[in-house]
Amino acid sequence: MTKTGNNEIYSTEEKALCLSGKGVTKVFGSGDKKCIAVNNVNFKFHEGEFVSIVGESGSGKTTLSKILLGLLNPTDGEIFFKGEPRDISSIKKRKEYWKGTQAIFQDPFSSFNIFNKIDTVLLDCLKMRGVKRSDKQEQVRLMTEACNFVNLKFAELTNKYPFELSGGQMQRLMIARIFLLKPKILIADEPTSMIDACSRATILDMLLKLREEIGMTIIFITHDIGLAYYISDSVYIMEHGKIVESGLADEVILNPKAAYTKRLINDVPKIHEAWDLDTV
Amino acid sequence: MTNTIKQIFHSPKFVVGFCIMAFILLSMIIYPLVNPGNPLEMIGLGSFQKPGTYVSLYDSIDSSSTIFKLPDAENNRISQKLKDEDRIAIMNWLIDYGVSESDINLSDTNSLLDLWWKNYDSSILVEGMTKAKRNYYMRLNKSLESAKRTEEYVVSHTDKELNELETVRTIENTDYVNIQDVANVKRLPLGTDNFGRDVLKELVSACGTSLRIGLIAGAIATLIGLTFGLLAGYVGGIVDDIIMFITNIFTVIPSFVLLLLISYSIGQDQRGASTIALVIGFTSWVWTARAVRAQVISLRKRDHVNLSKLSGHSLIRIIITDILPYIASYVVMAFILQISTAILAEAQLSMLGLGPKTTEVPTLGLMMNWSMLYAAHLNGSWWAYFPVLLTIALISFSLNLMNTGLDQVFNPTLRD
Repeated sequence: MTKTGNNEIYSTEEKALCLSGKGVTKVFGSGDKKCIAVNNVNFKFHEGEFVSIVGESGSGKTTLSKILLGLLNPTDGEIFFKGEPRDISSIKKRKEYWKGTQAIFQDPFSSFNIFNKIDTVLLDCLKMRGVKRSDKQEQVRLMTEACNFVNLKFAELTNKYPFELSGGQMQRLMIARIFLLKPKILIADEPTSMIDACSRATILDMLLKLREEIGMTIIFITHDIGLAYYISDSVYIMEHGKIVESGLADEVILNPKAAYTKRLINDVPKIHEAWDLDTV
Repeated sequence: MTNTIKQIFHSPKFVVGFCIMAFILLSMIIYPLVNPGNPLEMIGLGSFQKPGTYVSLYDSIDSSSTIFKLPDAENNRISQKLKDEDRIAIMNWLIDYGVSESDINLSDTNSLLDLWWKNYDSSILVEGMTKAKRNYYMRLNKSLESAKRTEEYVVSHTDKELNELETVRTIENTDYVNIQDVANVKRLPLGTDNFGRDVLKELVSACGTSLRIGLIAGAIATLIGLTFGLLAGYVGGIVDDIIMFITNIFTVIPSFVLLLLISYSIGQDQRGASTIALVIGFTSWVWTARAVRAQVISLRKRDHVNLSKLSGHSLIRIIITDILPYIASYVVMAFILQISTAILAEAQLSMLGLGPKTTEVPTLGLMMNWSMLYAAHLNGSWWAYFPVLLTIALISFSLNLMNTGLDQVFNPTLRD
């Protein structure tokens, strides 16, 4: 894969802010069992930007992604949506927010309700988009279009259950869902970590195509700094709930300043080079 | 779904439990059709009549008889009169009289009686025998002699006009009546209870009532437990705190004590089978609520629930479509266990006299209560309580077996 992050021509100054946070903190438990999952984090994500949040397991990436999605409330700090403080206090406002902010989860096998057919998953998206229930033809057309986009055949999927598909197919179905919803922000929480390398390339390719088509912001959560370098415009490095380094992908990864970033880069195995396992 | 049902019916434990329950249910449906009538009708005057077939003596006199010369008839007649303790008494008399112990065979009625007829004489005074004992032997001898008699019985009725006895018929010891020719024959496979009621009929009816109590109580307990568990587990926060507070209160008060107090305070007149079912249901939901809550907490963080939220689904819809199907198998198992627990709770309550009022319906617990109050266990009337005990055990056993079978199907780590 060639590097797709477009740092040379990409400038964050030109783009409007879509999601930003100031002093975002999330604490679980209290007393002796207190755990600070996200610790005073500041970030600025711009429209159309491909941002990677990189860190090892337990660094707070997934918690941050859930806060961004509005599935968790931060203990402290504030999130801004399009420059304004984000208000998702009521069910109605939350629903509105989720029309523009969607997610792809890490484990395709647990992402779908195994009791619902694939059609139900896609029809839910159409309902959210406001497609009339009675307009069956339009529904089938849109679902077929979405499936074609992710190289799946709707005719073969209809009336099937998600567990009848492979992991790669399920994750592609997830992207078909995003294709139908066309959100402004997509939070992808390690979407490729549980699938094979070939499917990974396909899925990343689809995500990038989708970004071009819809112009959405992708917040990509990963532990793979190498992958982040190839696909991101900017990266945020997280360690123990804190952001230790952030900036344009080229700057941060080719010229790392924080020791943790250096370690992460060193941990990526390089073909034709000896791999220093001491730091792993 | 079809596959799951197939799997369930491949589990030997479930199948055994299911067969027992099906047998009980079928008996409940078929037996009242074969033997209709009020199960609480007192048909017998007297209590604890033995199981068996009762032939009307009155009708058999009018029935046409036939003659059979059966070789064992006389012996059988005597053996019927000779109880085990009489045999031992005869043996003791013979030994005291001087017959060698080796010559006496207790199980051989003929040789024992031969020795008795040959040696016994009421005038013989055996050394050291009390008068009471001597009288006992005299009575025994008389009873045996009457059994040995061969003269016919004369049945007669009084002619009121002439005021004299008119012979209706004579009955020889070789006369037999076909049971089918007798107009009134009552089969009581499990005898009668203390009030002279057919125990089998009562048992079948009681089974139905107890299962109904179990079903109502189980459904209420499961419904309350499920609702509380789902809300506490899924909504969390203050709702969870309030529900868990109530649940904890119910947990620390032993539910049986609560059940006793509520039953007692309702009063005998108000306590019907449905009331008891309600009371049991309202006091036994606690562990279902706790267990469902624990399951829901682990489910609510799953990605498919998050995805459902992101799809804009309402709380009710998420609970119904994304949580409930995942715990459905568990809920079914909890329901089955609740039924079993409720049937046992009813039995316990009724045994203590706090069950449904005693005049309307029989329940398994009430039958136990009656047999206990009238000391069936002391006078050897096993048929009044043992079949009831066995039925309670079988119902509970079959439900638990089905539950274990389901558990093994839904939770593969438990498979043998």
